[in-house]
Amino acid sequence: MTSLLWANLCRKRMRTSLTFASLAIAFLLFMLLQAISDAFSGGVSLEGMDRIVIDSKYSMTDNLPLAYVQRIRSLGEVNQVTNMSWFGGYYKEPRNSFATYPVDPESYFDIFKEQSISAGTLDRFRSIRISAVASEALAERYGWRPGDAIPIMQDIFPQDDGSWTWQFELAGTFKYPGGELLLINYDFFNEAVAGWGKDQVGWLVARVTDAAEVDATIRMIDGLFENSSDPTRSTTEDEYRRQFASQLGDIGTISSTILVAVFFTIILLTGNTAAQAFAERIPELAAMKTLGFSDLWVATLVLAEATALCVCGAAAGVGIAFLLEPGLNASLSGMIGSFELSGQSVLHALGLSVLLGLIVGAYPAVSARRLSIVDALRER
Amino acid sequence: MSELIRCTNVCKDYHRGAQSVRVLDNVDFSVEDGAFVALMGPSGSGETTLLNLIGGLDAPTSGEIEVDGLRLDSAGAKSLALWRARSVGFVFQFYNLLPVLNAQRNVELPLLLTRLSRSERRENADLALNIVGLGDRGGHRPGQLSGGQQQRVAIARALVSDPCLLVCDEPTGDLDRTTADEILALLQTLHRELGKTIVMVTHDPKAAHHAEYTLHMDKGKLVAKPGSARPGA
Repeated sequence: MTSLLWANLCRKRMRTSLTFASLAIAFLLFMLLQAISDAFSGGVSLEGMDRIVIDSKYSMTDNLPLAYVQRIRSLGEVNQVTNMSWFGGYYKEPRNSFATYPVDPESYFDIFKEQSISAGTLDRFRSIRISAVASEALAERYGWRPGDAIPIMQDIFPQDDGSWTWQFELAGTFKYPGGELLLINYDFFNEAVAGWGKDQVGWLVARVTDAAEVDATIRMIDGLFENSSDPTRSTTEDEYRRQFASQLGDIGTISSTILVAVFFTIILLTGNTAAQAFAERIPELAAMKTLGFSDLWVATLVLAEATALCVCGAAAGVGIAFLLEPGLNASLSGMIGSFELSGQSVLHALGLSVLLGLIVGAYPAVSARRLSIVDALRER
Repeated sequence: MSELIRCTNVCKDYHRGAQSVRVLDNVDFSVEDGAFVALMGPSGSGETTLLNLIGGLDAPTSGEIEVDGLRLDSAGAKSLALWRARSVGFVFQFYNLLPVLNAQRNVELPLLLTRLSRSERRENADLALNIVGLGDRGGHRPGQLSGGQQQRVAIARALVSDPCLLVCDEPTGDLDRTTADEILALLQTLHRELGKTIVMVTHDPKAAHHAEYTLHMDKGKLVAKPGSARPGA
C-alpha cells in the first residue's frame, strides 16, 4: 500500500507541493507560537519555588527605595534579597537592544543559582566598579571578550554629568538559560546615575528560608510596607512572570486564535484539494475495487494519503522551526525570555497533523468506500 | 464439460426516482468451463449489465447467478471482492490502468491482495507481461504506451492472478482494426492455450467471430439468431 500511496501523492506534483508548503508553513507557525506562548507562560521551575518578587503595588514601572533590601533581609523568614532594575538602552545601534539589569553581584548570583558564574569572574564583577558580565549567548553574539569596553547608549537613565552613554568593562560571562542578558554593577550605577535615580531599585527578589512559608512571607512583606509611601505587591516568581505576560496581552489566547484561523483555512484548502483529487480518481478507484480491493481497503488508502501528506507537511514545518530556533532564540530571548521548542510541542504538532489528515481525508474516504463500481465505470 | 456460469431467471431493474426500468428480463443461460463467448446486441440491450452481474460487480434484482461454484446473487460485498480477486479478470474498453504506476506495477496490483512476496509478485507480473508480448515494456507508464499496448497490459493484469474467467467489456472498442485484431488474437490464444473461459461484450461482428459462439441480446432478453447457436446446442 505504501508504494501506491506515494505514487498517488506524486500524481500532481505542483498541487501536492503547494499543499505541502501550506501545511509546512501552518505547522511552522504552530511551533513558533507554541514556543512564544511557553516562554510567556513559563513552566514552574524548581529553582524558583522559594523565590518572591517584590514590586511596587501600583505599577511595575514605579521604583522602590533601596533601603527595602535591608528591611526585608532582616526578616527571619527571608535568607537572601537582591535588587534589580530595568536599565534599557542599546549597544552601538538601537537594533542591538537586550535586557540589562543593574544588580548586586553577590546577592544576585546567590539567589539565581541556576545562572552559574565562575568564582574569578564574580570576583572581578564585584571588585571592578564599572564592570559588567554578559550571558554566554550575548557575548557570543557580539564577540565580546573579558576586558572589552562596552558602551551602552541610554534612553532612561542619564549620568550625573549629563552623559547618556555608559561605558562598562566586561568582567566575563555567565551561564543564563534565558539567552541574552547583561548585568552591571549596581554600586557603580547608583553612584553615577542622575540624582533622581539614586537609591532606587526597580524590584526586589527574595529567597525564603522555607518554601512552604512563601505565602505567609508574601503577606508579611506587603504588610511591612502597607502604610508607607511606597507600598509593595509581592508574588511568587512564577506568578510574577504570568502577570508580566498578561500586561502584554493574553498571549495564549492570541496565539490560539491565530492558530485556529490558520488551521481552519488549512482544512478548507486541503479539504478542497483532497476532494478534487478524489473526483479525478473515481474511475481508478472503481477499477481497483473491480480487481478485488475491498471498500475498506480503498477507503483506507484514500485516508492514508491525506494523513501522510498532513504528517509530512507537519514534519517539514517542525524541522524548519528547529532550524530557525537558534536564531530566534538569540534575537527574541532579550524580550520574552528563553525561546525554546519543546518536545511536547512536537508531539502536539504530530498529533494535530494526524487529526487534520483524518478530517481532510474523511469525506473522500467515505465517498471512496461508498463508490459503486458500476456507476463509476458507466460515467467513465 | 462442466458449467462455469449459470444464470437462472435473472432480472435487473434500475430505478430513476419513482420510475423503474427493467434492463434484464428473465435471462437464462449457462457457459461451460473453457468456452469463449461473445455477447452482442444493440446499445442498451443489457449486455454490459449482464457482464457486470457475471463478474460480481453488481447484484441482480431477482434470479440466481452461480459462477465457479459461488452464488453471486446472495454473496456479500466482502466475499464478492475476495471472489473477484481470485476468480475473475476484467478487461475494459478504456483499459482502466493506474496512470501513476508503470506497466509492471499495474499488472502486479491484484497480487497485493495475495500472500505472495514482493519478488514472487514481480516474477508473476513479468510472466504475465511476457505472455501478452510486453516483457520489455514493464517500466513504461500507461501514458507512454499505445492504446493496443495499454490493452495488453490490462489483459496481463487480468491474467496475473490466474483466474478461471476473463470478463471483457468491448476490449477492442477503442482500438483501430489492426490493433483490435491483435488483441482478439491474444484473447483467442489465452482461451486455446491457457484454457481460460472468456465472456466478451462487443458491438463488432468481426470481433465476435473470434469467439466460439455468440449470444445475442435485445431489450434485456437473450434472443436466438441464425448461425449463433453454441457448439453442440
